[in-house]
Amino acid sequence: MNAPLLDVKASQTLSFVDCDIHPVQRSLADLFPYMGARWIEHAKSIGPHIRQGLSSMQAHPRMMAAGQRADAYPERGGPPGSDLALMQRQHLDPAGVEIGMLVSLSKGGMEERNTDYARALSHAVNDWQIEDWVRKEPRLRAGVVVPQDDPDFAAQEIRARAGDPSFRQVILSPRSIEPLGRKRYWPIYEAAQECDLPLGLHPAANGAHPSTGSGWPTFYMQEHYAFGTNMHGNLVSMVFEGVFERFPRLKVALIESGFTWIPAMCWRMDRHWERMRHEVPHLKRPPSEYVREHFWFATQPMEEPENPVHLPEIIDWIGWDRLMFSTDYPHWDYDDPRYCIKFAMTDAQRSQLFGDNARALYRL
Amino acid sequence: MTKHVVASADELQPGQRKLVNAGGREIAVFNIAGEMFALANRCPHGGGPLIEGYVTGLALSSRPGEYRLARENEFLRCPYHGWEFELRTGQSYCDPKSVRARQFSVHVEHGEELAKGPYAADRFEVAREKDYVVVEV
Amino acid sequence: MKVLFSGAIDCDLHLPLPGMATLMPYVDAFWREQFVTRRIDRMDFALTSFPAQTPLGMREDWRDVRASETPLDKLRREALTPFGTRIAIASILHGAVALYNDDMAAVLCSAVNDHMARDWLDHEPRLRGSILVVAQSAEHAVREIERVAADKRFVQVLMLVMGDTLPGKRQLWPIYRACEKHGLSLALHAGSAYRHAPTGSGWPSYYVEDYVAQSTAFENAIVSFLAEGVFNACPNLKLVCLESGFTWLPTLLWRLNKEWRGVRQEAPWLDRMPAEVLRERVRLSLQPVDAPPDGAMLKRVLAHIDCDDMLLFSSDYPHAQFKGLEILPDGLPDNLIRKIMIENPIASYPRLQAEFAAAQETGHERATS
Repeated sequence: MNAPLLDVKASQTLSFVDCDIHPVQRSLADLFPYMGARWIEHAKSIGPHIRQGLSSMQAHPRMMAAGQRADAYPERGGPPGSDLALMQRQHLDPAGVEIGMLVSLSKGGMEERNTDYARALSHAVNDWQIEDWVRKEPRLRAGVVVPQDDPDFAAQEIRARAGDPSFRQVILSPRSIEPLGRKRYWPIYEAAQECDLPLGLHPAANGAHPSTGSGWPTFYMQEHYAFGTNMHGNLVSMVFEGVFERFPRLKVALIESGFTWIPAMCWRMDRHWERMRHEVPHLKRPPSEYVREHFWFATQPMEEPENPVHLPEIIDWIGWDRLMFSTDYPHWDYDDPRYCIKFAMTDAQRSQLFGDNARALYRL
Repeated sequence: MTKHVVASADELQPGQRKLVNAGGREIAVFNIAGEMFALANRCPHGGGPLIEGYVTGLALSSRPGEYRLARENEFLRCPYHGWEFELRTGQSYCDPKSVRARQFSVHVEHGEELAKGPYAADRFEVAREKDYVVVEV
Repeated sequence: MKVLFSGAIDCDLHLPLPGMATLMPYVDAFWREQFVTRRIDRMDFALTSFPAQTPLGMREDWRDVRASETPLDKLRREALTPFGTRIAIASILHGAVALYNDDMAAVLCSAVNDHMARDWLDHEPRLRGSILVVAQSAEHAVREIERVAADKRFVQVLMLVMGDTLPGKRQLWPIYRACEKHGLSLALHAGSAYRHAPTGSGWPSYYVEDYVAQSTAFENAIVSFLAEGVFNACPNLKLVCLESGFTWLPTLLWRLNKEWRGVRQEAPWLDRMPAEVLRERVRLSLQPVDAPPDGAMLKRVLAHIDCDDMLLFSSDYPHAQFKGLEILPDGLPDNLIRKIMIENPIASYPRLQAEFAAAQETGHERATS
């Protein structure tokens, strides 16, 4: 932290793969062209039915500009992330995005309790990503958004989309009804593996359970912290349930959950697995080996140790081939690739971090 | 130091702000209740465009559960990560010793004074009867 | 590695779960009648978080019971003598704290605390006690602290890290104020009352997953303590995390510093860098170490934590956290070992501090008289 910014000129010519960009609908009506009359009517007369006390806002109201970059609100109205021209002008062009991975969190049905409506939303959001974004901006790639708690439909949707090369991953919410390693989700993994699509797990605002094992936090800063700990639970679950023994070619990207926690979590899993392995005889190897082989990590929000050199030490332990740069545009904790790296890297490391790893994972 | 005429004073009335270019630098100029402040338009933390930030005060508290806003309009909050900078000094509130938004000296000068030169005015003619915002770079 | 000098202060040692027959003398006639007629006296009150039968729950070589030996003799032989322990802070992880009936839970906690004093502390001067409280009821918890606090052998108040609410919540502050008033530290021990699923995505299948998740519970608990302002409201209170692991600390420190710079307006009483506050106020027990593969890496982790004051020596007896006498991980520098084993525990427990200061004074008097 607080190290002087590195020479900006060197990085201004950077061209990189951004593994976390959020497109948003101006309103639900943007999805109507992709929904049948029955669900348009439902959307208008019933609307969302989710598992939290407020239907159209967060019960932990965000801090900076509703959790957005304050400069990302389009002049013509609509939420940040809803205006392609602004995204191009403000992010894709100046930051040097060569390929941008869309992570569509909004209105994809991940949180919807009415599973038939969730299906309609998921299907519509996937069409919308292609028609309203990828076709208009060739730098962007889509992710198949599926309602994780309807695995049969999710698997069907994955297979239906896999033929379109614009879809490069499957987006799942880690705020599922059960931890994502549980067998109920395996049809999703079977389809993803079959279609050679990695899973992208990105924190979602609402889920079926409190965000910590001791209930709901009071402040947004705590809820924001729990984005990370929620991801821990899902990584642990996928490893200990034996997902990777059953699906040896499945790959998972953890997006927006940090990465400095990975080594310590691996040490902890290995240590306690050593003693408790009779409980999980389906694991053939120490947990850390599954992590090393099957997981990738998007970098944002980049940790900021007081001493910036502590960061590359941790990356050494994770493996430089597993980190993928991401910005989280248009959210408030956006990482600008020109300014957010405050430690030295070799050219090889730089090119792994800013593109090679993502290209390899997503076959870009 | 070169004087750059970056705006006419009526473009920067109290409460207004303007992104200007002086000597190849992007500079965010703010008129806060008649006082001018000029900062490099790049947050020293993550590069956020400070011109888009919130001009605000300081959240303070003397005990948990008590909230108050102090020193209104003396701070700028970066539009990305919310880091706070004191407009008068450029100092980061959280890291006053080590983080500072780059500041430039800025003032209003009458056209007649300016005419004595030297100054750089890239974008417009300076008229002797008007006031101008001048940034020194 | 082994302990090379005597005088250690073991900050996390577990006494056997007392059966109801042991506790019955410490409850009044009403509750005795209730426990008998409801057959609660036949229950074992084992926490789901700590099943003794698992390989983790008790070390294999500590399972055998010798007919000739009292439980205290066994404890001395296995947990106190081998590590040259001068003081051991004992706790009893009794399932009373998972009951929903606060009144019954409070009666049982009191019984457990009395049992600790009469049946253990009275017989072994090296032992110190933990006051077990019903964390979901500040009223009961404070009453129990007030009842027991006069016994200076109790040095901390004990709660599970996962209870009804995150522990920083203001309704629990009377507990922390009582701790502070009596010079007791507040210990959060691994474990859950299972009021909520242990992860934000619900219930894992396996015990080992729940156990691994304990460390994330500690992270969220510490964030809660900080954000709510407990450290501001109780400027002298130390938060001791027991059986928490500690190699996850660097991420917590870094993230909170970053978080604070961005969103501190949400909790403006946070007027200092969070890592600084945590380094002063949070302590973590050594075992389980959750160590990296080699000592050199552990040294780097300690450098990332960047504070020698935070770790407290612990055996976590009888849980199976290490083999033989290898209670210290490789990679601890010598000067840190001394701090972890003696100085840090004394500095983390006001009552130990007072005791050691008094002992020193007496020693001094003896030397000069």
